Amino acid sequence: MPILEHLWIIPLLPLLGATVNGLFGRTWPNKIVNSVAVGATGLSFLAALEAVREFFLLSPEQIPWVRQYFSWIEAGNFRAGFDLQVDQLTVVMLLVVTGVGWLIHIYSMGYMAHEGGYYRFFAYLNLFMFFMLILVMAANYVLLFVGWEGVGLASYLLIGFYFLRKSAADAGKKAFIVNRIGDFGFMLGMFLLFRTFGTLDFVKLFDTATPLSAEAMGHLGTLTVACLLLFMGAAGKSAQIPLYVWLPDAMEGPTPVSALIHAATMVTAGVYVVARSHVLFMRAPTAMLVVAVVGCATALFAATIGLVQTDIKKVLAYSTVSQLGYMFLACGVGAFSAGIFHLMTHAFFKALLFLAAGSVIHAMGGEQDLLHMGGLSKKIKWTFRTMFVGTLAIAGIPPLAGFFSKDSILLSAYQSENGGPNAGHILYVAGLLTALLTSFYMFRLIFLTFFGKERYDEHHVHVHESPKSMLVPLAILAVLSIVGGWLAAPAFWGKPDYFAKFLEPVFAAPTGSEAGTAEAVAHALETPLAIVAVIIATLGGLAAWWLYLKQPDKPDALAKSFSGVYRTLLHKYYVDEFYNAAIVRPLLWLSTNVFWKTVDVSIIDGAVNGIAEGITVVGDGTRRTQSGNTRSYAVWVVVGAIVIVAVIFWPHVRPVLGVAR
Amino acid sequence: MTAPLIIFFVLATLAVGGALSLIFQKHPIHSALSLIVVMVALAGLYLLMGAEFVAAVQIIVYGGAIMVLFVFVIMLLNAGIEEHTNFSKLAGFPGLLLAFALTGFIAATIARSTDTVQAASQPGNMASTRDLSTMIFKDFVYPFELTSFLILVAVLGAIVLAQREAKP
Amino acid sequence: MIPTNYYIVLSAILFGLGVLAFIFKRNIISIFMSIELMLNAVNLAFVAFSQAMHKLDGQVFVLFVIVVAAAEAAVGLAIIILTARNRQSLNVERVDLLKL
Repeated sequence: MPILEHLWIIPLLPLLGATVNGLFGRTWPNKIVNSVAVGATGLSFLAALEAVREFFLLSPEQIPWVRQYFSWIEAGNFRAGFDLQVDQLTVVMLLVVTGVGWLIHIYSMGYMAHEGGYYRFFAYLNLFMFFMLILVMAANYVLLFVGWEGVGLASYLLIGFYFLRKSAADAGKKAFIVNRIGDFGFMLGMFLLFRTFGTLDFVKLFDTATPLSAEAMGHLGTLTVACLLLFMGAAGKSAQIPLYVWLPDAMEGPTPVSALIHAATMVTAGVYVVARSHVLFMRAPTAMLVVAVVGCATALFAATIGLVQTDIKKVLAYSTVSQLGYMFLACGVGAFSAGIFHLMTHAFFKALLFLAAGSVIHAMGGEQDLLHMGGLSKKIKWTFRTMFVGTLAIAGIPPLAGFFSKDSILLSAYQSENGGPNAGHILYVAGLLTALLTSFYMFRLIFLTFFGKERYDEHHVHVHESPKSMLVPLAILAVLSIVGGWLAAPAFWGKPDYFAKFLEPVFAAPTGSEAGTAEAVAHALETPLAIVAVIIATLGGLAAWWLYLKQPDKPDALAKSFSGVYRTLLHKYYVDEFYNAAIVRPLLWLSTNVFWKTVDVSIIDGAVNGIAEGITVVGDGTRRTQSGNTRSYAVWVVVGAIVIVAVIFWPHVRPVLGVAR
Repeated sequence: MTAPLIIFFVLATLAVGGALSLIFQKHPIHSALSLIVVMVALAGLYLLMGAEFVAAVQIIVYGGAIMVLFVFVIMLLNAGIEEHTNFSKLAGFPGLLLAFALTGFIAATIARSTDTVQAASQPGNMASTRDLSTMIFKDFVYPFELTSFLILVAVLGAIVLAQREAKP
Repeated sequence: MIPTNYYIVLSAILFGLGVLAFIFKRNIISIFMSIELMLNAVNLAFVAFSQAMHKLDGQVFVLFVIVVAAAEAAVGLAIIILTARNRQSLNVERVDLLKL
């Protein structure tokens, strides 16, 4: 079992690529930087495939497969080491991260070919792969957190890649700071877990927690608080309410970055953490309810904003936030495998959509505004075809991947009883509404970009198809978007859902009988709900077609008549302005006036300068004793004599002083 | 009021008077003569305490040699009434206070530790010169020799320092 | 007999007067004489204690003090002669070369 014994190879290869490119790549030609970076990621992907192959040869008792590489922290009974673990969930995440990551690396070869800082881009991208792999393969929360922070760093570096542009630098800072707020919650959650269970190893912690019953720690007990704190971290990383504000701004980075980090992998880290901690979440129903509600609300909220955005990447960004909400909704109602399944299919079609959008932008010479595009379907055929496949996938049209994953989420939501007998129904309706909006804005994007009148100047923009290095990954991702969902398809005609079955050892249900009845009910509802979902998706598409192709003037008229609503949506519900006024400005005021002017300048500098000045004053005073006048010296001699007498005869001197008083 | 006590007070008054005169006289020669008075009074007090040898040495050495030296130097340097300069601010009122403070400290400190010091017993029955010399040449012979060496050094030093500059 | 305390107080008074003279006199020879006064006061104290404790060590020490005072007076006066030749004045406040 060569790779399984040496799991560290998988993250190490991209790290090597990053180091080599970072240190030496400055003077190398693009070809060499390419080979190092893409080669490193490719080898990592092959290593991951080999690891998966070996994994299938393991017997069930060996899973989860943990290997400890070195002890990082050892304090008393607590040990946090560089331990890597492989179980079914890791397998899914590994393949997604390395596979999609490799495709995006190949795409970037063509996309970034004319950009400055080529080597820097690939160094950062490889660094990101390293941290992400650490994150998904970690066997304890501490190492996971290392990866967590690392991907945040890589995200900052890559968002601010064009750091000479102020908006890009600001976006990088915003992403990092908002992430940090989530990380604070994550850390507190880790500390609480450590205090409760004494260990942060996944295997040990979950074994200790498994025997506890669902209400063991009460409604707002330790487990609930710990899970809510972990979710706070996840909300920061995966852009849920209220920490989603960084993701739309993150579109300042190059498009491959948006595809890899802010669609397929980094933002899914939050979902991964919640899924990994499902043992804890299942025993904290209140936390699960919060996760489901926040996820559902975010999904709907982001979808409404996406309706009116005009930047092609911003639409996709809000779409990502919305789809992440779906994943959290799934985890919140207990359908963890459905959430992970949606994570996987989303990685495929969202990466595809972003890369295709990048191809469009590349074709249009840098134009990103939807209102300045149109009629491109004939000119960039392959980009159009792959992007259309992606749109169908995300809208949930069968038999593409999105349909299966979204459908299983909605089904689980419908059946959820957490929070009340029909609570699940509310979640289901909200999810359905979001699906409608998703379909609508995605088709809007397609129609505005590829159909209709050409709203750009032919003479300034030379629309050209992208090179093969960019198109081949698009094609591969399109194929994956079509077939990726078929792993779960058999559920429709009675056979088991392969994906869920694969993940079953990880997400085993608490009791067997519950699972049995749930499955039976599920089976009966599945087909009607699926039909409803398809109808909704088609309705969305039709509405977009009618508004943007049949009657192109209607959208403007609607915008004018509902101008208040339109403007609120266009300004993203003014959330950024609210945060700025309520949080950023008071903090800045506090920092300037209290911490800078008072504490730093007056108190600290004042103390230090004051000491120096005091010494000067004392020195000035003491100088006067050296007057050069002999008679004064005589008096000082007398003073010294008095002091010596007083010191030596202190017991006798004290009564004298008392009498004198 | 026994006779020794009266003698003591007389001699004490003499000593203090001489010291006061030393302070308040303007011409240094008058101060020197006042100092001689103080020394004679102290010699008398030593006699009162029964230390005859010390009294004799006091008069011979202090009064007869050191004070004569002082008078010679005053005459050699033609010292006149000292001029009244007042450059030192400290040496005025604060100096006065401090001097009183020092005196008071010392006096009170020693006067209060009466338990270790009793009244004197019969005078004259132990301070014989023979005993004194035995002590000097037996127990304190080393300091004695050192002091003779010290005097030699002092003589040499005084001669060298006070030479007239060699004329070229 | 006369209590030792009387001698001690007298010694202290003489010492204090010596200190006063030390501070107030401006003629350098007068200052020197005040030092001799202080030494005498101390001698008185030594002899008084020697008598009170019935030991002769105090008087031996007095002899040594007198000897040292003599040596010191000789050298000190030689220095005074030199200084007076150099500064043409016996006022101690005129010797202020250390003043800034």
